[in-house]
Amino acid sequence: MATRSRNLPAILAGSIGLAGLATVMAGALVALTLTAVATPGGGSWDDYLWRVVRFTLWQAVLSTVLSVGLAIPVARAIARRRVFPGRGPLLRLFALPLALPALVVVLGIVDVWGRHGWAAKGLALLVDDGSMPNIYGLTGILLAHVFFNLPLAARLMIMHLERIPGENWRLASQLGMGAGAIFRFIEWPALRAGLPGIAGLVFMLCIASFTVVLTLGGGPAATTIEVAIYQALRFDFDPGRAVILALVQLGMTAVLIALGMRLTMPAVTTPSLNRPILRPDCAKLAGRVGDGMVIALAALFIVLPLIALTVSATAAPMGKLLGEAIVWQAILTSLAIGATAAVLCITLAWSLLIAAHAAKRMPGTSWWKAGFIMACGSGGSLILVMPPIFLGAGWFVLLHGLGEGFALAPAVVVTINGLMALPYTLRILGPAHASAAADHDRLCDSLGISGWNRWRLADWPVLRPAFGLAFAFAMALSLGDLGAVALFGSEDLTTLPLLILQRMGSYRTADAAGLAFMLAIFCLILIIGAERATAKTDNGR
Amino acid sequence: MRNLVATVSMFLALAGTAKAAETLNIYTYESFITEWGPGPAIKTAFEAECGCTLNWVGIQDGVAILNRLKLEGASAKADIVLGLDTNLTNEARTTGLFAGHGTDTSKLTLPINWNDDVFVPYDYAHFAVIYDRDKVANPPTSLKELVEGDSSQKIVLQDPRTSTPGLGFLLWMKSVYGDKAGEAWAKLRPRILTVTPGWSEAYGLFTKGEAEMVLSYTTSPAYHRIAEKSEKYAAASFDEGHYLQVEVAAMLKASPNPALARKFLAFMTGPGFQDHIPTNNWMFPAGALSAPLPAEFGKLVKPSKTLLYSPAMVAKNRRAWVDEWQEAMSK
Repeated sequence: MATRSRNLPAILAGSIGLAGLATVMAGALVALTLTAVATPGGGSWDDYLWRVVRFTLWQAVLSTVLSVGLAIPVARAIARRRVFPGRGPLLRLFALPLALPALVVVLGIVDVWGRHGWAAKGLALLVDDGSMPNIYGLTGILLAHVFFNLPLAARLMIMHLERIPGENWRLASQLGMGAGAIFRFIEWPALRAGLPGIAGLVFMLCIASFTVVLTLGGGPAATTIEVAIYQALRFDFDPGRAVILALVQLGMTAVLIALGMRLTMPAVTTPSLNRPILRPDCAKLAGRVGDGMVIALAALFIVLPLIALTVSATAAPMGKLLGEAIVWQAILTSLAIGATAAVLCITLAWSLLIAAHAAKRMPGTSWWKAGFIMACGSGGSLILVMPPIFLGAGWFVLLHGLGEGFALAPAVVVTINGLMALPYTLRILGPAHASAAADHDRLCDSLGISGWNRWRLADWPVLRPAFGLAFAFAMALSLGDLGAVALFGSEDLTTLPLLILQRMGSYRTADAAGLAFMLAIFCLILIIGAERATAKTDNGR
Repeated sequence: MRNLVATVSMFLALAGTAKAAETLNIYTYESFITEWGPGPAIKTAFEAECGCTLNWVGIQDGVAILNRLKLEGASAKADIVLGLDTNLTNEARTTGLFAGHGTDTSKLTLPINWNDDVFVPYDYAHFAVIYDRDKVANPPTSLKELVEGDSSQKIVLQDPRTSTPGLGFLLWMKSVYGDKAGEAWAKLRPRILTVTPGWSEAYGLFTKGEAEMVLSYTTSPAYHRIAEKSEKYAAASFDEGHYLQVEVAAMLKASPNPALARKFLAFMTGPGFQDHIPTNNWMFPAGALSAPLPAEFGKLVKPSKTLLYSPAMVAKNRRAWVDEWQEAMSK
């Protein structure tokens, strides 16, 4: 009985979080369905949509396999080399691609890999008539998706690898395991536990890709469901078709993620005494050279487009930009939106995690319990495949129906941005929470420590870094994508990303490059700040 | 939450009564009212004349404005909508939300005759292929030359499913090639580097040097000459003529201040409004200016012929023509 009463508040918190999430998604769906019923015609399904669905799946599966597959050696190499010059900065840069507007990143990629990019120029120096393969098409889409997602996947995998208890490493060296055996028996099981979550996240990001697919796709043969939804809600104004497409996208993703979960083993988290990590597999020269090459290649791949952005920014009138009141206003607005959204996101993620954990600890099995755990674990992530234009149009209808809805535009932005960052924070906090629970559950239960005291004494000290990283990610991701309030008429909500797109849309490319550089620096400062603020204290060990 | 809504609406109501002067609410696209756009100066000029308050409401773009109106219906809190183009007016008219303008449009300086009783034009430009003079020695002199020319010289286009210039170029191709448009698209295809979701992506790729040409407006080189003092980019003049984009405004039937709204539409065709169009919106003014156009505008391509489908024709065929484009471009 004691256990049950201890678990109930957590389950309640998770239920409230889930209900909020469901409201945001279902609200938009219901509102647009009602609008569609009132709009004559429309809502059709045709051959074109079949082609679109096929292409969406094809590019998303390929992108996911490539991003996650390539991230494994990168994550392993970085986890093995715990000290090398530039390790910290590199890991911070890994968080950057997702925080920048897609258009900015696409232009950076084109600088490196485009027809007249650096790679083409380098190739021309080496080979006389060597011409760069054309990236516009599936190649370009995959290139950009790997650029966005490889660093994300690697960063999450490194967290899993670094959580391997020191005891395992001691055992490995006692048994004289080589690199192969270590990968098979220690690293792979740790990675495998996180893989479905990581792959699922990457898959959703690729399914919902829009700017990348259209800009680098070369033509309408590369059309994703997201593009079709956008099309349905723009010139065609066919909410019925948009609802059908959104449901297809949602259903397809849900089924594939559920299948992915089925195929994988549950995570094995063993209690640990936090012994120092002494890896026996780092000394050999061959391994060092190999790791060095993998890390160097990955670093080049990620850093070159970022350098290209920096080079473009050198043409920008930075002094003039920093003197503009609107730029500072945009920075402050972005900060306010980012911070509020991040707090919302972290709170929600934590409530879902503790609820799932509490449900697991409840005695007995039943389908609703399994369903609840599943919903807390991955249901929330589905919001990633709801296009912002769709959520925005749906909530516009709802709030308009309530009367003075437009004053709530900032609330809509914060909520949607916070929820969009949820899948990332869940994947950062999830493993940290699981290992903290494995370490502390029994001890705390036997000592009767629970609630605030347990949080303060046992969990928070070990969870601090994960919270810091999650907060930084959530904030960087939420700095101000306003896609969802495009209809609201929210001109006093100028954020840095919006300012970049506005300048870009009125010939001011140099300004846009300068602002993009500022945004990138801004994200790095956030990440470094969050790391500092939540750094492990030395006496914690 | 209900308290918050109540407080906010009470506050708004109070703010409303505190100002005795009338307020004119205008929906427009965001870039019109940025600090470098024409919006702020026009607001000052009109307020000085009317003794009222002009309140711009910035919505993403012309298509989004129309969709917002469709969602709001008669309860839209706007007197005027400014920023639709001729490809959207037919759909806008069929919503039944607009009132007649009662403005004299006979003195407008458009390349076509205007006799629409609901929509008043405020600026225009022809679509044009812009090229990089350092890279293209012999720019195409016709759409035919563009379609059949050297496929190693690439053009970036916009997607007609998502963007206004993209739709404009589709209509341009259709008005020149008619039934043969599908074949022409197939022939043009090797020259197309990529098709972007909007104007910004295409123009960004072009100025980065990825493609030799881009679809934009005849007025684009004026920006580079005036704001950047650069002669690098020029528009290609096409023998078959150029497709026209006209931007329009209209007043809503439900406007709480119809007299003021009419006053604004009349003001819009005069110098107080038009003076701010050329070098802020980078379009040609649709009415008289108080001073001559900047000399750089005189150097721009002047199309020998203007191509334009009627709004009804576009509304009727858009979907079929987009399908035709998609078919030709996806094979």
